[in-house]
Amino acid sequence: MLKNKKKKRDSEIFTSSMADIAFLLLIFFLVTTTIDMDKGINLTLPEKGGAEVKIKKGNIAALLVNESGQVLLDDQLIPLEEVARLIKEKIQEKGFDNDGKPKLVVSIKTARETDYDIYIQVLDQVKVAGATKISIAEPEQ
Amino acid sequence: MKFQRKQETKASIPTSSMPDIIFMLLIFFMVTTVFKEFRGLPILTPAARSTEKVEAKRNITYVWTDKNNRISVDDKIIPVSVVSDIIGEKFAANRRLIISLKIDKEVKMGMVSDIQEQLRDAYALRINYSTRFK
Repeated sequence: MLKNKKKKRDSEIFTSSMADIAFLLLIFFLVTTTIDMDKGINLTLPEKGGAEVKIKKGNIAALLVNESGQVLLDDQLIPLEEVARLIKEKIQEKGFDNDGKPKLVVSIKTARETDYDIYIQVLDQVKVAGATKISIAEPEQ
Repeated sequence: MKFQRKQETKASIPTSSMPDIIFMLLIFFMVTTVFKEFRGLPILTPAARSTEKVEAKRNITYVWTDKNNRISVDDKIIPVSVVSDIIGEKFAANRRLIISLKIDKEVKMGMVSDIQEQLRDAYALRINYSTRFK
């Protein structure tokens, strides 16, 4: 029996298919990547037990929202869509601080049975109107 | 004057560096890909016009609340009273914590307020109501 020894072995890694493999992986990651942004309405809650801030009563716009979605602005019933316009008017009326922020403080109070959706809609309109000082009152029991 | 025409021009795109370019892209996508571990509870967030983007994704903790008033933080369904403990722990580890409230449209404000009170107890004051663009 003859032993056939191969003297010279061609040892080589094929690199021509590397690009294909890399492409495949690339496409996989491209497809699976979801760059989903977190989005929403930013708000900073007040500290608990913090000193009460005294505000001039005239600078407060009180928004009351009841469980059926009716909105009261300073004891006057207004339609939900009008909130932004009326708050905007009030901001202009009360003027601005030295740092350019509106003086008006918007207080939003809801009932415990109010839908979150309605609350967000009101908050959204207040934000759209440009109010920066927003106070969230605890819902009425 | 005679115009000299170049008869043969060799036009070839060098492909030898192609794998390198692709690898670079590949590594970019590999690094940026974040596989979602958990999607939370099935909810429908409200739409708002003043929706903003939230920066610093790494500081975000989600608090899910579905329309059956179930609350979920970190994969676990928990009662409201425990929220402050869990968030408090997280806040101690990361002071720049932002709480993203993923609350269903149909949840009542009483529930939302209870959660907010819990967050205030935990000193996690930076919150974000998760909404969709209108």
